Amino acid sequence: MDDIKYATTIGLEIHLQISTRTKAFCSCENSFGREPNTSVCPVCLGMPGSLPVLNKEYLQRAIKTALALNCQIVGRMKFDRKNYFYPDLPKNYQISQYAMPLSRGGFLEIMTPAGIKRVGITRVHMEEDAGKLIHDEGGCFSLIDLNRAGAPLLEIVSEPDIFSPDEAHLYLRTLKSVLEYLDVSDCNMEQGSLRCDANISLMPAGKKGLGAKVELKNMNSFRAIRQALEYEQERQARVLSSGGVIIQQTRLWNEKKKITELMRTKEEAHDYRYFPDPDLNDFIIEQSMVRAIEGLLPEMPQVKMNRFIKEYSLSEYDARVLTADKHMADFMEQSVKLYPKPKVVANWLIGSIQAYLNERNMEFSQLHIGPGRLVEMIRLIDSGALSNNMAKDILQVMLLSGKSAGDIVKEKDLFQITDKSAIAALAVDVLQSNPKVKDDYLSGKKNALGFLVGQLMKKSQGKANPVAAGQALKALLEGKS
Amino acid sequence: MNNICGLSAYQLKELIGKNNIKAVDIASSIVRRHDEVDGRISGFVNFDKDAVIDRALCLDNLADMHDRGLALFKVPVVLKDNICVNGELTTCASGILQGFRPPYDATVAARLKSAGALLLGKSNMDEFAFGSSCETSYYGPTKNPYDLQRIPGGSSGGSAALVASDQTMLALGSDTGGSIRQPAALCGVVGLKPTYGRVSRYGLIAFGSSLDQPGPITKDVRDCAILLNVIAGHDKLDSTSADVPVPDYVQSLSGGVKGMRIGLPKEYFTQGLDSGIKVKIDAAISVYKSLGAIFKQISLPHTEYAVSVYYIIGCSEASSNLARFDGMQYGYRYQSPDGRCGLIEMCMRTRGKALGLEAKRRIILGTYSLSSGYYDAYYLKACKVRALIKSDFDKAFNECDMILTPTTPTPAFKIGEKIKDPLSMYLSDIFTIPSNLAGIPAISLPCGYSENGLPIGMQLMAGHFEEEKLLRAAYSYEQNASWNKVKPVL
Repeated sequence: MDDIKYATTIGLEIHLQISTRTKAFCSCENSFGREPNTSVCPVCLGMPGSLPVLNKEYLQRAIKTALALNCQIVGRMKFDRKNYFYPDLPKNYQISQYAMPLSRGGFLEIMTPAGIKRVGITRVHMEEDAGKLIHDEGGCFSLIDLNRAGAPLLEIVSEPDIFSPDEAHLYLRTLKSVLEYLDVSDCNMEQGSLRCDANISLMPAGKKGLGAKVELKNMNSFRAIRQALEYEQERQARVLSSGGVIIQQTRLWNEKKKITELMRTKEEAHDYRYFPDPDLNDFIIEQSMVRAIEGLLPEMPQVKMNRFIKEYSLSEYDARVLTADKHMADFMEQSVKLYPKPKVVANWLIGSIQAYLNERNMEFSQLHIGPGRLVEMIRLIDSGALSNNMAKDILQVMLLSGKSAGDIVKEKDLFQITDKSAIAALAVDVLQSNPKVKDDYLSGKKNALGFLVGQLMKKSQGKANPVAAGQALKALLEGKS
Repeated sequence: MNNICGLSAYQLKELIGKNNIKAVDIASSIVRRHDEVDGRISGFVNFDKDAVIDRALCLDNLADMHDRGLALFKVPVVLKDNICVNGELTTCASGILQGFRPPYDATVAARLKSAGALLLGKSNMDEFAFGSSCETSYYGPTKNPYDLQRIPGGSSGGSAALVASDQTMLALGSDTGGSIRQPAALCGVVGLKPTYGRVSRYGLIAFGSSLDQPGPITKDVRDCAILLNVIAGHDKLDSTSADVPVPDYVQSLSGGVKGMRIGLPKEYFTQGLDSGIKVKIDAAISVYKSLGAIFKQISLPHTEYAVSVYYIIGCSEASSNLARFDGMQYGYRYQSPDGRCGLIEMCMRTRGKALGLEAKRRIILGTYSLSSGYYDAYYLKACKVRALIKSDFDKAFNECDMILTPTTPTPAFKIGEKIKDPLSMYLSDIFTIPSNLAGIPAISLPCGYSENGLPIGMQLMAGHFEEEKLLRAAYSYEQNASWNKVKPVL
């Protein structure tokens, strides 16, 4: 298989739960984590005779999202019924959009190692969510929670413009970043507010057209999506190189075994019998409403990045990292308002704080401290009360506990020793116990000073001000005191 | 007091105004009448005497406080069994909805309650409104009060038979392809299918959602206007209900038809029309002429496709609307003898056992015409022809104010006569279906009796939201013909 190269083509389908006050077509509260079957009514239970009425807030948020993804909003849209029997779907059809969706023809720009790449967005359409099934471990029964039934979703379908699992991952990160800026969804894959299916096909490199499409489902994190695509890319290449054929099919990602498994082939696919939902009229979307929503769109990551470069004099790299996550960008802006040295703030965010989050696989939004805490800590450094190294340690405690730097310092008696006589006493001590190094210095090896400062810091348990320590040692060595 | 039952709603209201009759006395009269005749007619599927008396007592208690201005205070009303009433059995005359008590009111039911009406119970119908004879009902057929061997029409046959047999003053039906007008015609009463969107469908259990309309079945045209006044109007719970102002339909009754241009579509006077019916329609035309109306031959060229279009669209929508009856949440559920039954088996057996033959036929038809590969040839094509039928009417109403036709091609047929032959049954609605496809209002009112004493109805159709025009023309005829005074002998 090494001699044949394959070109991979990937398209992604995102289902996004939109955070609105009420559900898509009824006035039940749209919330996560309530007691099962307590946020339900005749409409979302699909009781006979009940009728759907479109939630205006849902429509507005859908338009907002589609606009941010550079889509064309249609003047007239329709809802369709997608018919299939499943116990989590009380009407046994889903209200969705098929022939005349809300929007088409958008794109999302992602920053690949090779530069900016535009991934097409085929369509963004509206549809209701289904309920949740909870299966008995023993396989004896299943429970149904219909709180989620009728919750508002957006389906965001990409063009097959993605050519590697890494690009897919990048697309998802970027999309999530945009969605968080819009504040339309929690975007939480674990809670199911963002779900992703992937289509992947392989063709011998250089040939035109697309290979048979394999749909991948059941990935519960961005990482799982990348892994599933990597696995599937390799699997298909293996099949094709050994002369096999890939047929159109749907496969499920098995998170435990890290493999994809056949769910159904094309022949077993549903015929959803889409047709216009006669309970919902065609919707005319006024251009004036679209323009009004457009006017209220928040600053998008790309724009914010350019502004950070300009206003804060940051490098493009710094600005990109800071703006990729809306929460981080907000943190940055609020911190700079309190402490107008952007580069200093940026270094702490991109350095220690980002590392802390990465180590724990945490999101920025899960951070325990706010801008005020960080700025207080930086001010303690400026005042000389903390060394940079001490601050790094204290920041770890702050991030874990949410406490302020001042409190931690007090609790642990960590104030930097700046008292000159105390430092001088330590310096005398250090010189006495390191006569050889002292001689080295005096014989011209000026860099021996660094070692001596280190020794002094160690003796002070890190509390001595390193600058003051250097000065004190130098003074002693050069006989100035 | 027994003669109360023979009154129209309007007459009863007058009597209540004069003599302050108690609701409980009205209820008692109705119960007596029911005991006397419904054993033979079977118009009700759910009539709980004690509950009716209790409701009447409640109304009497209210009386001191605020009876003034309530449009239907103490007036008995029957609802077709596909209209949800909070806590009351609502079964669509289907086995699959046995025991179903909705926890909500249909908007029309809520409006009747607010108007102070005395709700009597539920009337028989074809299962899920699939039929023109009441024979597909889970409970068995209702009989025509004029001839107990014959069908009352359908699907709102129970409502029409109950009005005709003086077991209620007013009734609600629903009309998807003629289900109000055809039974009204066959039982000698008045039935109106309002403009699509005029009356809320919320709580009306759907058959063909783009065609369904609830509407009045009454003893005369004035009652029809009184009832329409109460149920018409925009409803936030129904996205397809129209936000169009509601006039006072009773006010619009007077005025006559002088100078009104009435169209006679040639396509309605050829297709197997019963000669007895033709005679009565001609007589009605003469009455209108004498009242100053002007008649005009018109053409509705796509009429011949209406029945096919209707069965494709109606069944397609029904196949999806009825998918929710799966035994999961409410109604009948199949229980296997050993108590162990998988999900798919439960769902399939529930539907297999508890849905009737005609319901299954329509679900299969509709599923087929929506299937991939057939959608374009059937469903989509039908939608296109529907638009042509609609435009036929738009053009016709440029030439005339109203259209007059027979309501049905024949008078009431015998029970069992057509039930084995779905196609001939489907043709019973040949004259009523086009107005559902076009969404326009249409009324059926008595225009005489056949040689063997069976009622004959004529239909008037007008443009969207022109119910006033229909009611005025119908009232004007009724004032001169007085067929509303004829009663079946029971």
